Amino acid sequence: MGYGNRTAGVALALVIAASGVVSGCSSPSGGSKDGKSVELLNVSYDPTRELYKQVNAAFAADWQKKTGQAVTFKMSHGGSGKQSRAVIDGLGADVVTLALAYDVDAIAQRAKLLPATWETRLPDNSAPYTSTIVLLVRKGNPKGIRDWADLVKPGVQVITPNPKTSGGARWNFLAAWGYGKKAGGGSDAAAQAYVTKLFQHVPVLDSGARGATTTFTERGLGDVLIAWENEALLSEKELGKGKFDIVVPSVSVLAEPSVAVVDANAKKHGTEKVAEAYLKFLYTPEGQDIAAKNYYRPRDAGVLAGYAAVFPKVETLTIRDFGGWAAAQKRFFDDGGVFDTIYAGPKR
Amino acid sequence: MGKAAAASRWRGASVIPGFGLTFGITLVWLGLIVLIPLTTIFLRAAGLGWDGFVAVGLSPRAMAAYRLSFGAAAAAAAINAVFGLLIAWILARYEFPGKKLVDAVVDLPFALPTAVAGIALVSLYANNGWIGSLLVPLGIKVAYTSLGVVIALVFIGLPFIVRTVQPVLADLGGDVEEAAATLGATRWQTFSRVIFPAIAPALLTGFALAFARGVGEYGSVIFISGNMPYRTEIAPLLIATQLEQFDYPGATAIACVMLVASFSMLLLVNVLQAWRAKRGTR
Repeated sequence: MGYGNRTAGVALALVIAASGVVSGCSSPSGGSKDGKSVELLNVSYDPTRELYKQVNAAFAADWQKKTGQAVTFKMSHGGSGKQSRAVIDGLGADVVTLALAYDVDAIAQRAKLLPATWETRLPDNSAPYTSTIVLLVRKGNPKGIRDWADLVKPGVQVITPNPKTSGGARWNFLAAWGYGKKAGGGSDAAAQAYVTKLFQHVPVLDSGARGATTTFTERGLGDVLIAWENEALLSEKELGKGKFDIVVPSVSVLAEPSVAVVDANAKKHGTEKVAEAYLKFLYTPEGQDIAAKNYYRPRDAGVLAGYAAVFPKVETLTIRDFGGWAAAQKRFFDDGGVFDTIYAGPKR
Repeated sequence: MGKAAAASRWRGASVIPGFGLTFGITLVWLGLIVLIPLTTIFLRAAGLGWDGFVAVGLSPRAMAAYRLSFGAAAAAAAINAVFGLLIAWILARYEFPGKKLVDAVVDLPFALPTAVAGIALVSLYANNGWIGSLLVPLGIKVAYTSLGVVIALVFIGLPFIVRTVQPVLADLGGDVEEAAATLGATRWQTFSRVIFPAIAPALLTGFALAFARGVGEYGSVIFISGNMPYRTEIAPLLIATQLEQFDYPGATAIACVMLVASFSMLLLVNVLQAWRAKRGTR
């Protein structure tokens, strides 16, 4: 009896020792002792890979010139909500650059790693670049799609990702809702009727925005893709040259991807200064120009003017028109919300 | 009769001494790796209370998703049982050029990230894909239907059957068949009375593994299923949607239902197997 206990104890001690070794091995990111170099972890969402590759290089050069300190970057990309949960669960992001404010709010509320007022700390609601929702159609626009109303015509198939799993898709949904409401003279019932009809034209709900883009561009499914403008421009100009056209609808939303320093992590890593400078760099003419080159609409009017041919004017609603993200999420996308009522179960 | 004697009876004899040590490590290890993580799922779900648990975990939408997940996994495991057995038979009984290659190919679904499998399958079976474009004129749609889910699960489940059955078949040897033949058994009798009973436990294990893998599969399925609520939405996706709204208890409620269902089925398979083995030795 005593023998068994003792050996179990030894085994337990071994396991604890082993787990100690494992946790001791994880290298904390952050500043080096001599202050000559510093490392930042930027936790971002999927379609920003190219954007931040260029931003990082430009910022590192700028920072080196100003302070003599070398900055290296670690990037993490994934679905915006997934990335937010990773930070909540302990991924040591110095900054987050996510698809919607709701995902940053979650980090502030659930893990208290940054103050709830984070959105007011940088200009333009802490969203240095924006995008909008447009309609990508096949070359020559064979189905004659000019606006949201054409998406619910008989025989039109619409591709959009699932708003329950994709942050980007929530903007799509809100854009459609905004149109339905305006077309229906401001009535919520009309808006709901419109989006319900719209989703009856959706044959596939991809779980993420990139998946939906692939379904439309590579699999040849659907007549129109509801997409972020930057993704649509990328598809039109780079993925399928001459295979697609972009239709700018009469009403859309201003998609504002948010950026924020994750205070608690930056403090722990000693990277507060450089992390803040990094995000502020996004607002400089140079940072804004890089955003515009990657098809994100710059906030800076001067830089935007230079890209007038790329970004046509469009009437946009903002998330404030929907009462902010917390209210919009609860009303439209949480369980039992408007989106769930669209799929009311099999016909019995 | 002493305590030690009674203990040694249930411990059984072993060439390697040290039951206490090995048993201790086993328990601690299983506890740390399997039981503690799974227990936290139940603890988190318990935070919902019974009504909350039923509202999320047993909602009509969740039930539809379980039906698809478990049904498609069972169908795929059954298909694999037939064709996996065939492949195992070929590999165990015949020599042919390129056999090593075929043997290695069987394991590919294990090694491949499942998302890669999903993307590859959907590009093949989409309406404009190689296979899909041939099936569409026949009125068969694979991608974005529950048939697509089954095909993805067949793909990822195949190695389980082959790898459990193949060594048993190889061990069985041709001499058993020859012996049966000399005793006047027909080919069918040889298979049904001699070979099949010998490989049945392995086949059942393979089926259970493939089934369990299919129930939990996420990566490959979400690309090919179309993810339509009530129709082609799998349970793991429903868990992902709960997490996306930061509803951890809701996600764990669905996870609990899946866990209990999967565990009961695996237990059932084990009992069946034990029963078979007992009957076999008599």
